[in-house]
Amino acid sequence: MAQVSLRKIVKAYEGGVQAVKGIDLDIDDHEFVVLVGPSGCGKSTTLRMIAGLEEITSGDISIGGTVVNDIPPRDRDIAMVFQNYALYPHMSVYDNMAFGLMLRKFPKAEIDRRVKEAARILDITPLLDRKPKALSGGQRQRVAMGRAIVRDPKVFLFDEPLSNLDAKLRVQMRTEIKKVHQTVNTTTVYVTHDQVEAMTLADRVVVMNHGIIEQVGPPQELYHNPATKFVAGFIGSPSMNFIPAKVEQASGALRLHLPQGIVLDVPAARTARYQAHAGKDVLFGIRPEHLTDDKPTDKSNTAPITLKPDVIEPMGMETLVHFKLDGTEVSARLDPATPAAVGAPLSLIAHMDQMHLIDPTSDKVL
Amino acid sequence: MSATVATNRDMPSLYGKAGSLRSERRWALVWAYISLIISAIILLTPPVYMLITSLKTSAEIADQKGNPWIVRNPTLENYWELITNSLFQGFFINSVIVTLVVVALTMVISILAAFALARMRFWGSQVLATGVFLTYLVPDTLLFIPLYQIVGGLGLLNSIWGLVLVYPTLTVPFCTWIMIGYFASIPKELDEAALIDGATWPQMLLKIFVPVALPGIIAATIFAFTVSWAAFVYPTAFITTPDQMPLTIGVVSQLVRGDVFVWGQITAGALLAALPPVIVYAFLMDYYIAGLTAGATKG
Repeated sequence: MAQVSLRKIVKAYEGGVQAVKGIDLDIDDHEFVVLVGPSGCGKSTTLRMIAGLEEITSGDISIGGTVVNDIPPRDRDIAMVFQNYALYPHMSVYDNMAFGLMLRKFPKAEIDRRVKEAARILDITPLLDRKPKALSGGQRQRVAMGRAIVRDPKVFLFDEPLSNLDAKLRVQMRTEIKKVHQTVNTTTVYVTHDQVEAMTLADRVVVMNHGIIEQVGPPQELYHNPATKFVAGFIGSPSMNFIPAKVEQASGALRLHLPQGIVLDVPAARTARYQAHAGKDVLFGIRPEHLTDDKPTDKSNTAPITLKPDVIEPMGMETLVHFKLDGTEVSARLDPATPAAVGAPLSLIAHMDQMHLIDPTSDKVL
Repeated sequence: MSATVATNRDMPSLYGKAGSLRSERRWALVWAYISLIISAIILLTPPVYMLITSLKTSAEIADQKGNPWIVRNPTLENYWELITNSLFQGFFINSVIVTLVVVALTMVISILAAFALARMRFWGSQVLATGVFLTYLVPDTLLFIPLYQIVGGLGLLNSIWGLVLVYPTLTVPFCTWIMIGYFASIPKELDEAALIDGATWPQMLLKIFVPVALPGIIAATIFAFTVSWAAFVYPTAFITTPDQMPLTIGVVSQLVRGDVFVWGQITAGALLAALPPVIVYAFLMDYYIAGLTAGATKG
């Protein structure tokens, strides 16, 4: 078990392209940290630098208090699970899992004990004699995890391990990974582009974009208090709505003027926070789940808003409704029982205590 | 009503299209068989004629009358004489020694070179990989002159060990190229997983790459075997006495005496010499094709 610490990590490729631009991150012992972001944000490069598979251009990485910059992967005491499983095709499941221990010259009895224990945890005992080609995608992923578990390393590294699985299996394996972490409790760094995976698995989520860390925090913290427009838009599905607005002073209170003459009252509790932005253009951010049908019993801190749906998507447990507001796409999440029709005015309420205002020039959440 | 008419009118054209597809496929098959049969006839005529000749006595071969494709008095005399001839046995043993050593040397050098060129990215590795292949394009008929100087300088003229030294110039470049292609087709994550599992580069090569690339290795081995077994120019240039000759030149040089061609024994000798490669190909053909295609598509 160990802490992982990244100090001013830079990764630059030939030609000067910087994949990672000086990031700092501290991962605690036993913690499950997920690096999430769009393609090319530098998350996989960061993970590979922790693994020792990519050289660091500058900065320091330490595992368990030791700087590992110049230590080869085999001596870092880490285990990694790859997106395409990377199982040795000529070896049985047992040998795949035992390979790392055999190279480290563990006694045979100990190898056998560890492999069988990992197989029990992952429920793959009946598969131990099979070759990888005789396994399904989910089974292969379990074996890849087993290979990591038997080593009992200081840190687990996962590089988009569920991306090759179908949607149903992905959800199932996500739960498995969480269970395994709860059992073995090893410090884990997990890379994904899927924010749902990040939210469900992580103790803390690290949102990356263009080689920098946008925000680090527990999933709920990121969801409720995003620091930037990017994080606000990336976390949550469907994405947060961003509507151009103007903050106006109105007899001690603040109001938001949206396109099509829509005016929303800013809750009194937020007045002081946004006071300095009175008279300025901002982006009004509200999640689709906070733009709902006009039904809740408690209507405090809500503001009415009427829109005409462009597209209606019934999802079973909820209905997603999409609108256009002066060229801006807006979505709302409704109770499936709410009658909605394309083009017919629909009365909604915005839960203003969940609103965000974003500075359009700096993209910071105010 | 009109809809029904339209549907009825469409139906035959649809079936007609499917029918034409079937007939196109049939014609493609017919042409494939015709060209395969013609190729087989052209390629098999010489060995079949050799087989027929090898089963004849010298008198029957010299006889101008009758159909040369028919054996009137079949005999295994030519084969028996060769097999019991100590000179021929010597040629065979020389060929076996040279081929086995060359194949072993070639595979060790090629696998190590290909692993380095395919996986250990170092300055100039791409140029070096192309360079290795380019050396294969230089024909042995050009190389034997400078090589004569080198082999002579080392005192290995007229020795099978001289052949062991020069044959790899023919086998190593192509085998390395096949192996580069094969190694390149192995996912990068496999070596990364092995590195993290604690493998050193040699362990990675021996425990992961060699077993995974076995079809490629077999293909390269077959190629090296065929080239060394069938080499003709180098032994002709470097070997002068029968005790050091491999089969390829032994059969020709010892069974052609002046202007007398012992056709029966020459053809029997050639067929016996061709037997080992035929056996190797028959058993390992699938691996050979798998290995070559991996090299072709990924290399």
